[in-house]
Amino acid sequence: MSDDLINIKVNQKEIQVDKNLTVMQACEIAGEEIPRFCYHDKLSIAGNCRMCLVEIEKAPKLVSSCTMPLMEGMSIITNSEKVNAGRKGVMEFLLINHPLDCPICDQGGECDLQDQAMYYGFDKSRYKENKRAVDNKNMGPLVNTIMTRCIHCTRCVRFATEVAGVPELGMLGRGENAEITTYLEQSITSELSGNVIDLCPVGALTSKPYQFKARPWELKRTDSIDIFDSVGSNIRVDSRAEEILRVTPRTNEYINEEWISDKVRFNYDGYYQQRIDTPYIKENQKLSISNWEQSLKVLKDKLKTLKPLALIGEHVDLETGYAIKKFMSNYGKDNVECRTDNHAILESLDSYRFNTPLNDIENSDLIILVGTNPKVETPIINHKIFKAYNNDAKVFNIGENLSLNYKTEYLGESLSSLNNENLIKALKKSTNPLIIIGSAFLNKIKNIKTLKSIFSYADKYKVITKEKNNLNFLNPYASRVGQLIIGNTTNNLCEPFSNLKKDNFELVLSFGSEHIANEQFTNCFKVYFGHHGDDGAMGSDIVLPTPLYTEKNGTFVNIEGRPQEAKKCHNPIGSAKEEWSILKKLSDELSFDFNPNTFDQLRSELFDKHPILSDYHEIIAVENSTSITPDIEFEDCKAEYPVSNFYMSDVISKNSVTMAKCVEEIISTPSLLEKSA
Amino acid sequence: MSSNHPGLSNNFSRSGEKFSWSKDNLRSIKNIISKYPKGREQSAVMPLLYLAQEQNNNWISIECIETIAETLNMPKIRVTEVASFYSMYNTRPVGENLIQICRTSPCWLRGSNKITKTICKETKCEINDTSDDNKFTVVEVECLGACSNGPMIQINNDFFEDLDEESTKIIIDNIKEGKPNVIGSQKGRRSSENA
Repeated sequence: MSDDLINIKVNQKEIQVDKNLTVMQACEIAGEEIPRFCYHDKLSIAGNCRMCLVEIEKAPKLVSSCTMPLMEGMSIITNSEKVNAGRKGVMEFLLINHPLDCPICDQGGECDLQDQAMYYGFDKSRYKENKRAVDNKNMGPLVNTIMTRCIHCTRCVRFATEVAGVPELGMLGRGENAEITTYLEQSITSELSGNVIDLCPVGALTSKPYQFKARPWELKRTDSIDIFDSVGSNIRVDSRAEEILRVTPRTNEYINEEWISDKVRFNYDGYYQQRIDTPYIKENQKLSISNWEQSLKVLKDKLKTLKPLALIGEHVDLETGYAIKKFMSNYGKDNVECRTDNHAILESLDSYRFNTPLNDIENSDLIILVGTNPKVETPIINHKIFKAYNNDAKVFNIGENLSLNYKTEYLGESLSSLNNENLIKALKKSTNPLIIIGSAFLNKIKNIKTLKSIFSYADKYKVITKEKNNLNFLNPYASRVGQLIIGNTTNNLCEPFSNLKKDNFELVLSFGSEHIANEQFTNCFKVYFGHHGDDGAMGSDIVLPTPLYTEKNGTFVNIEGRPQEAKKCHNPIGSAKEEWSILKKLSDELSFDFNPNTFDQLRSELFDKHPILSDYHEIIAVENSTSITPDIEFEDCKAEYPVSNFYMSDVISKNSVTMAKCVEEIISTPSLLEKSA
Repeated sequence: MSSNHPGLSNNFSRSGEKFSWSKDNLRSIKNIISKYPKGREQSAVMPLLYLAQEQNNNWISIECIETIAETLNMPKIRVTEVASFYSMYNTRPVGENLIQICRTSPCWLRGSNKITKTICKETKCEINDTSDDNKFTVVEVECLGACSNGPMIQINNDFFEDLDEESTKIIIDNIKEGKPNVIGSQKGRRSSENA
């Protein structure tokens, strides 16, 4: 028997479990469900709800199982009369002050308290006293509070402190006067604040935009992927008829754990604002409503004579990308570009993806942020860095001096700060260093030698070893890694967009890329495939409506190189058509080769060509590339961060009313503190 | 005026004036913090709250909380939690003399009710209220630990024991007139020796 295992009994059933577990965890392994409110896997143990009482043989009283460590030979009983009576007593206490407003409560139907009261609650109250009433607190534009319902489990307080890293929530007072609030009722400033809604076991913290919208059993649930940053958080899209009513996280321990960013959780109202619902054609400098037949005819004629260039935007799925590549191959090479932000890469996959598996970030003891602001670009990765920071990792920052929710040591604004003495000293001491190179520098690199030097640097200081590769490249766009894998880019490693030979192209096809409006394409005929009316659409000659990611199936490869599927939730708005079917139709009329007749055929052709993409949920394996230069030399480039405003980083969130409120109340409004100063 | 105990309210307010530590307090703070292990400086939050209250006319303003949070390098909400938890940190301004009347059983059996009535009458304020001239704030509290000398009250930092209506009135009058008071037993007892 291993030292770490001990023998215990749960309801007379003998099991062997790790000795470091708690009684509650052991009971779960034994298959016994323990009711709880305050305990949560991802948070510290509070032990204040008392709902998880169990009987332990030889213990005089019931014990709370979440706080109780295991001991050799312990015999736990979870189903006795005594346990039941104890839990019923706790439930009765919890309900003393809980209002009976389930019929008007947003949590109704998915409420822990409601569910557990079905088992342990009495059918009537023995209390004649008045229930206490608590003033509602302001927590910002996202979290709605009805504090009378609060049972003081403090999950939200622990989440804010331990996960979000913004110690702004707390419990004031004590006993009957206890109240949960933010400091001086200011808005929560975290990008992960929406998760307190899921954590709250009752209806005290609910979603403001979803308030009084639907009951959980009315909703159709669709599994999807967060495409508003590159992390690829797993989400569940809840819709009724043709409308998305809310977005919640799906647990994926490898990526987002149980959290998602506020952007994907709340920007869904932007899905239906400013939508392009019908084709448009420019006549007399003005876009006017057209139809598919007419617009495709014009486009077909142009495609017969003009040489096209395709630009790929930040929300384009792999299948669409593949169809674009297939179509554009009829016009030669180097005419598709997804790196419209001048993202510098080497050929290999490990030069543009996050090479450390996301759930390994927390094991690092030294993290260097180089030209990236993970807090606004990828809040989930920021949370993982925060975890590492709490495990005593040191964090260095190069670029702008950022204000993050953990302490960083600022080294300077240029790449050459990598040679800083303090940093080198720390690197030599570190056992598991990790570097994150962000778009702020990657988009500015003019000489590929700089990128190679970064590899040599990582090699020199054991960031890359045989076993691991901790040199990471972070860009905030969901489409980027996947599009690069299927080769939707031109052959310039640095400044691919600036280096496009503009004279070679007379027609620009933009798939959701606003860069079509750039000056360099003034003389080209411009066609915009997209779902939202943005600058790209305004400046185009033909605008074709395409579905949003929730309106079609699609594959996205996340930043660590993990293909995942976003599923169709409802039909496209207006007369939008999927990009591949438009290209198929054009190909047929131009008598190009385009075999797939259905989306599934297109997908299987993609997987045949790129078998590494077909393994959903697994990280694509690659060998570490050996692009090492003998001398390390960094060019001087000024960091320019791709995302400055978390709540409005893309066309969809720019159209979201909720996101606009966030900007107004969280970013623009100075906190009460600053006001007084 | 709000009608709850000034130490039990969860609502904090600003004084409108900047709060910075006095020189003496800065010295004491250094001493207090040195009592805790390195990295555990936040444990000093309670003594610091006490110092702040002493310096800030016997109440904790938001400015005090912010100064303490800065001194101890801890989140403001954590300081607020502690300040709101304990009833002896006043969360709103109180009068120059905070009169705490013990009403727990021993004092009550010896007539604390009458003392309360007298004090309310003499100071012209209700329980939990502050008098118009800002001289007195009267609150009822539970046991202050001087049971054998009941009924008793605490005025700011001093105990007044073995009270009756008459001696209570004298104490209040003396305060009003700025005269010194005899601290402790009003019957001349030393400590809690047999009467």
